[in-house]
Amino acid sequence: MNRFAELLDRLVLTPSRNGKLKLLTDYFRDTEDPDRGLALAAITGDLAINAVKPAMLRALVEERMDPVLFRYSHDYVGDLAEAISLVWPTPTHLRPNRTPTLTEVVERLQTASRSDGPPIVARLLDQADTSARFAITKLVTGGLRIGVSARLAKQAAADLGGIDVDEVEEVWHGLKPPYVSLFAWVEGRGEKPEKADLALFRPVMLSTAVENNDLERLSPEDYAAEWKWDGIRVQVVSDGGVKRMYSRTGDDISPAFPDLMDAIRFDAALDGELLVRGADGGTGTFSDLQQRLNRKSVSAKVMEDYPVFVRAYDLLQDGAEDLRPLPFATRRARLETFLGGADPLRFDLSPLVAFSNWQEVDHLRRHPPHPVIEGVMLKRWSAPYMAGRAKGPWFKWKRDPYTVDAVLMYAQRGHGKRSSFYSDYTFGVWTGLEGAEELVPVGKAYFGFTDAELKQIDKYVRDHTVERFGPVRSVKADKESGLVLEVAFEGLNRSTRHKSGVAMRFPRISRLRWDKPPAEADRIEALQSLLDK
Amino acid sequence: MRAKDLLHPRPEGLYCPPGDFFIDPVRPVDRALITHGHSDHARSGHAHVMATRETLAIMGLRYGEDFCATTQEARLGDLVEIGGVKVSFFPAGHVLGSAQILLEHGGTRIVASGDYKRRRDPTCRPFEPVSCDVFITEATFGLPVFRHPPDTQEIARLLRSAEQFPERAHLVGAYALGKAQRVMKLIREAGYDKPIYIHGALQKLSAFYEREGVRLGDLQPATLEKGNKGDFAGAIVVGPPSAFADRWARRFPDPVSAFASGWMRIRQRAKQRGVELPLIISDHSDWDELTETIADTGASEVWVTHGREEALVRWCEINGIAAQPLHLVGYEDEAE
Repeated sequence: MNRFAELLDRLVLTPSRNGKLKLLTDYFRDTEDPDRGLALAAITGDLAINAVKPAMLRALVEERMDPVLFRYSHDYVGDLAEAISLVWPTPTHLRPNRTPTLTEVVERLQTASRSDGPPIVARLLDQADTSARFAITKLVTGGLRIGVSARLAKQAAADLGGIDVDEVEEVWHGLKPPYVSLFAWVEGRGEKPEKADLALFRPVMLSTAVENNDLERLSPEDYAAEWKWDGIRVQVVSDGGVKRMYSRTGDDISPAFPDLMDAIRFDAALDGELLVRGADGGTGTFSDLQQRLNRKSVSAKVMEDYPVFVRAYDLLQDGAEDLRPLPFATRRARLETFLGGADPLRFDLSPLVAFSNWQEVDHLRRHPPHPVIEGVMLKRWSAPYMAGRAKGPWFKWKRDPYTVDAVLMYAQRGHGKRSSFYSDYTFGVWTGLEGAEELVPVGKAYFGFTDAELKQIDKYVRDHTVERFGPVRSVKADKESGLVLEVAFEGLNRSTRHKSGVAMRFPRISRLRWDKPPAEADRIEALQSLLDK
Repeated sequence: MRAKDLLHPRPEGLYCPPGDFFIDPVRPVDRALITHGHSDHARSGHAHVMATRETLAIMGLRYGEDFCATTQEARLGDLVEIGGVKVSFFPAGHVLGSAQILLEHGGTRIVASGDYKRRRDPTCRPFEPVSCDVFITEATFGLPVFRHPPDTQEIARLLRSAEQFPERAHLVGAYALGKAQRVMKLIREAGYDKPIYIHGALQKLSAFYEREGVRLGDLQPATLEKGNKGDFAGAIVVGPPSAFADRWARRFPDPVSAFASGWMRIRQRAKQRGVELPLIISDHSDWDELTETIADTGASEVWVTHGREEALVRWCEINGIAAQPLHLVGYEDEAE
């Protein structure tokens, strides 16, 4: 338990991906079964503990200490699990000779009923130290929120044996905690586990961006072009009555989309883009789609207002036949036939775009005909469906990003290698009546600049600081004095959470405009006009 | 005599009218009694300063020998009369030279404890509880969430991380007076005998600790020839927290930022500061030490200063002790 608790502590505070991977891999190497498998399950969200709810935890604490002091404490700390782990009074006479293992803790929690859940949790907390209490309360409240994706945890397990994480993904859904067979396999002590389950996820094929001379050597007739849809990449799999929809990384997102799942009347695996039907019956924008994302469940009203559908562009499995080894041209033809039998309101075909030379494609990707198109995809007719991001079979060629000239308002210190630099920038544009303009923040970006430029901005921030709040500095920014940043972004969403009413997608600094007076930076209306497109 | 007439807050700091002196004044005054050498308690520019020998020496190191007109050494346990008020100093366990100040007058005993902690610190004398009617306590960590773990455990985590990431420098932010030397001493006690690299701001004070008999082992300046980042791979570097947020820190290879402070108990605090390896090591009392100490002094009244006064006042109320916040200004708790 203590090692798991320490792992959580370190993961919460380690910003870099490689640092997290090392911590996880070291933990998996040094920890025995079944502890390590349960830890993996806790991180991937595959560990269910149902008998205890957060409100019970609060009640347990308030039986043990003055509720007013607990309220002060909770207010100060913010996070309930953390506050409880810190204030829990340890009865000294109960200190055990040994700390329970993670396995013992999980067993006790999972076998608890609703009525004996609270006393069991209380006893575990009595016997644990602060870090272990934090880990236990996190297990109980579910959702660790420690900045580690399921994918990263699987990657760490795969790294134990130098195995490709995609191979782990393939067998993942056939496995159950504590994943003893998985660890045996990656450590070379056992066979690769069977794909026992139905409707498995297939690791997806990804594209590379078109770079300067990529296309010169390639013949246009070898490639098909499609629009690049700005939705969510999904894989819809139906297999022997089991229906699932997976995200690009293999997370099962079906529960939030019953309207779509109910429309599946086939045995197949489709690759496509999840989109929303707009009010006019056409394709809705990414803003509309957002109403459906990051939900665990969904109401009838939301389903009616924002019906989803899949725009299919590949067929990976048809009945018992695996189509992935076939060339794209064949799969495409099979897909077109296949979709004839599917519900057209829920599954439609991503059309091919005709072209005869690369200049034409360049023009198309710069002038997409619909706001939910963000460029063009190029797919080699002869290519099989391959997991991963090989260069050549699939290219994406995006439209040029939108840009806006904004003024630097706040700078925050970075993490890790950048911890001595002010590297995260909040920028704003002008709003308000003429003569009384003020800056309103419209976004935050922390990349897009070179190391040399970072040094320059860092110096600028230090020399023009107006106020400091912890790791954040506010920077002088008015009509006469300020640093103008050209910010590139992929799109805008309406936002009720931001004062400006807009939220940028994928903003990054594209140019430093040392030459531009801040008074000439853009106004909010320039962004608002993009919203209505 | 009412306690309030013997000692009460003024804008300059805590003032004793019969003795006509201030305790830890934040502005220049004629006569100041100083509990310890941290810069928010010990300021320069007073006419007359009374403090322990170590605190006077520390003020001399920080502000120059002319930091005040005249000084008077307070010997621990000795009784000195100032304007009819009996004054004596007792160890506070906070940093080298730190003391509590006991005032006795007309049958009333008040202890101004400055900053204090109760646990073992190999770099200074331990706190001695002094019985009194009124106990003035700090409340830097005056919330039940603050319970400092054993410092040996924290140091062990640091050393383990240095082993786990031998290609990265470990930068330990620690307040230049007291915390830094305590951390280095604990590292030595844990058996680490490689050189420890220190920021320039620690040099004079660490040398002073050495002269006072606190052995810190091989300390090297954390300087380097240009372009030689690899030199600090796997090394432990100690410096004031502010330096690690500064350009100074860029000389180190892919550093692990550690910070030795009681604030590191709260994960969000650590995260906000970009601290990867929080070390919960504090020179202030945690919640249990605060409440234990209040009980130990037998005080019937408690005045609470800088920190989370609210919660400690609430605890006193529950336990039948009269308590009030003092609302003194000018004492920082961020750097700790």
